[in-house]
Amino acid sequence: MNSAADVVILGCGIVGAATALECARAGMSVTVVEQDTPGSGATAAGMGHIVVMDDSPAQLALTTYSRSLWNQLSPELPASVEYNRSGTIWVAADDDEMAEVHRKLACYAQAGVTAEAINPNELSEAEPNLHPALAGGLLVPDDAVLYPPAAARFLMDQARRHNARLVYGRCLSAARGEVLLEDGTRLHAGILVNATGAVSPELTPGISVKKRKGHLVITDRYPNFLNHQLVELGYLKSAHSTTADSVAFNVQPRLTGQILIGSSRQFDAEDNQVDRGIVADMLERAALYMPAIAGLSALRIWSGFRAATPDKLPLIGPTEDPTLFLATGHEGLGITTSLATAHLLTDHLLHRPSTIAPEPYLPSRLAVGAAHV
Amino acid sequence: MSELPPIHLTLDGQPITVEPGSTVAVAIAIADIPCRTSITGEPRGPLCAMGICFECRATINGIAHRRTCQVVCEPGMDIVTQ
Amino acid sequence: MSYPVQPEHFQTLVVGAGPAGIAAAVSAAEAGSRVALIDDNPEPGGQIWRAERNHPGPDVTHGGNAARWRNRLAAVPVTRLQGWSVFDQPEPMTLRAEREGVAADFSADRIILATGARERFLPFPGWTLPNVMGVGALQAMVKSGLPIRGKRVVIAGSGPLLLAVAHTLHAAGANVVAIAEQASLASLAAFTASLATSPAKLLQGLRYKAATLGVPYHTGSWPLRAHGTGRVTSVVLSLKERTHEIPCDYLACGFHLVPNIELPAMLGCRIEDGFVAVDDLQHTSVSGIFCAGETTGIAGLEASLLEGEIAGLAAANRTAKAQHLVPRKQAASRFAARLARAFSLRPELKSIPQDNTIVCRCEDVTLDALRPHPTWRAAKLHTRCGMGPCQGRICGSATAFLLDWNPGSVRPPMLPTLVSSLTSTEAPD
Repeated sequence: MNSAADVVILGCGIVGAATALECARAGMSVTVVEQDTPGSGATAAGMGHIVVMDDSPAQLALTTYSRSLWNQLSPELPASVEYNRSGTIWVAADDDEMAEVHRKLACYAQAGVTAEAINPNELSEAEPNLHPALAGGLLVPDDAVLYPPAAARFLMDQARRHNARLVYGRCLSAARGEVLLEDGTRLHAGILVNATGAVSPELTPGISVKKRKGHLVITDRYPNFLNHQLVELGYLKSAHSTTADSVAFNVQPRLTGQILIGSSRQFDAEDNQVDRGIVADMLERAALYMPAIAGLSALRIWSGFRAATPDKLPLIGPTEDPTLFLATGHEGLGITTSLATAHLLTDHLLHRPSTIAPEPYLPSRLAVGAAHV
Repeated sequence: MSELPPIHLTLDGQPITVEPGSTVAVAIAIADIPCRTSITGEPRGPLCAMGICFECRATINGIAHRRTCQVVCEPGMDIVTQ
Repeated sequence: MSYPVQPEHFQTLVVGAGPAGIAAAVSAAEAGSRVALIDDNPEPGGQIWRAERNHPGPDVTHGGNAARWRNRLAAVPVTRLQGWSVFDQPEPMTLRAEREGVAADFSADRIILATGARERFLPFPGWTLPNVMGVGALQAMVKSGLPIRGKRVVIAGSGPLLLAVAHTLHAAGANVVAIAEQASLASLAAFTASLATSPAKLLQGLRYKAATLGVPYHTGSWPLRAHGTGRVTSVVLSLKERTHEIPCDYLACGFHLVPNIELPAMLGCRIEDGFVAVDDLQHTSVSGIFCAGETTGIAGLEASLLEGEIAGLAAANRTAKAQHLVPRKQAASRFAARLARAFSLRPELKSIPQDNTIVCRCEDVTLDALRPHPTWRAAKLHTRCGMGPCQGRICGSATAFLLDWNPGSVRPPMLPTLVSSLTSTEAPD
């Protein structure tokens, strides 16, 4: 069966769905290919945070832009998406980390991101279950959390309202304007977008995306236990590390009062079985920051794969194949930066100016086979 | 066999008395109140009474989400419905 | 990084202290094996032999020589691990369990799984009202001290359990006002006929049993909805072409039994038609792991006891003695197929829940939210059905019937577990 569209997007995770919506809204005819169910890959495995991060100026720009897009979209999100502007508190364990808080504060201020440094008393008041011997934190009130699979589904449903199609099937190849599915279906389009996340190198060999395994635990309902998303400042160090397994304190409240506990990062872990050792490490670290966590009832544990790139920035834009574009490599910021990714890519396809400079995210910035540092 | 003395405990701040050997789920049922409130605000009580449905959850001695159908009442227990 | 302490090691570890588990533990121990019996209830006995309050289990007033088995259990040196909940298998042949916030590992040369069965619940409008519960559930609550004298009880659903519980409740002074069995008279007649005695007499026997209670026993009848505010006050039953509203204090409703296969599945045992596949000597597909009782097929007390004995003997390498029991077990198991046929669920039960009837009680997901999804997995992801503490046990069994869905694979923790138990294990007391 031959099918023609303007754009074929591979992968209906949050990035693929967001891209589908932007392309469809711009009047392109869009087909999305999904091998499982929308939002079932990394989208289902992640914490669902919408957070500004400043690991680099480009990351700061992308997350700030995308967060504002989410804030604008938020009134339209259905209840199933569980959007909650809970804010983030970056938690400082000692004076060194508190210095980092002030550095971040200045950086955020320059970027127009509202934030405030809080002292240990204010931290305790904001989050009574945090260990009392912490040094303070950085409160970022406009960060949010949501339930990603519902968000991906919502974006795809919105795309369908603009006549986008969703096709179920496993993609075997995508190049030179043609997508071949496992059942023999061929789809043709002038534009193909690889948004398949951690497995994107399977379809586009040679791109600098590696799997980075993560684990999450969700608890039963404990209303008022946690008010904000909490992240330790060491999170960035953990996200930075490339060869060692690492865990970092990162917890998030769900509207039901359940607590999501993360985070873990592992390279060279190919299977999706839960790794008990790293889960134990992750939970111990969480209990270090919030001792009462040890007494919470854990309902489920699961794992998934982020798509990691060498410089912690996603790949958004053209490849050497004039028909093939990438929207992948979002590591732990896929939910946050999905909307900005969609805008940047659509701007490029339509030769429109972008709201932020697109160069830092172009795939061409990385030589093929660049080392992950 | 002589009857054991009744057990005194607290349920939602009120003192109650139950026959020894009763489970906490039974104590809550005798008080004619639900064990918990669901996500959409419905009152709930035990469904399976064998530790599988988790509808009978309540807080016992400060620990939340205990399956009350599997916990035998003890003197001085503090039960709070959820 | 916390490391678990050296696990406590046994030759035979039996999981579940219902009739099958007790029979397995006793048989293995009497054959000289060093046995531990682990169970998450306060007292042994499982469901059918559930202990009455203040009487250590199993309930010896019930049938099946419970007293004899209790005495045999008391006479052997079995390590009794009562109140422990198994939630993980950190490595082959080692089970991790939790008790009151402490986790411990138990390893064994042989594991016998006797995790029994649970009631199948089918949603209907009003089923979430307090005092609507399972049939075995109401019996369990009464045994645990729930006062039932003078209370109006309607018993509904399907299976021999309905009459059995009606009797127990009646004996406890309850006012059992009606029994509604969804199976048709024809189905039941065929079942009783197959038991190779005079069919008419047996059918009479069924109705006679009900009649001695003074209780109408309706066949081809099921609940349509329950009414009440804060608790159930009446139930509407379908009765042939009519409906009949019956005031009640309790509605005990359960549709036969579903095996608790979660632990066997997590351990990798092959599941066939929803039950754990075993050979004549109760071996599962995993070397060293046996399964006995309702988990291999809903066949009743006698079969459970025989399977437990066989598994215990086989685990202790007494294969000849175990083999000797197989013909009796097979006869008892043939009962299972006839039972399933007689009480099989009629398709009308699929139309009882309305669009706004809650199906997943943990996450309050209604039927209309579930219907658009093609599979259990997609529904779970998008509606969170099955993501609550029951981990899809209740709604999974319901949607398997309502929507022909297959529930997915089982991941640890097999039951909700305290975070502290996921970070370290300690030596058990």
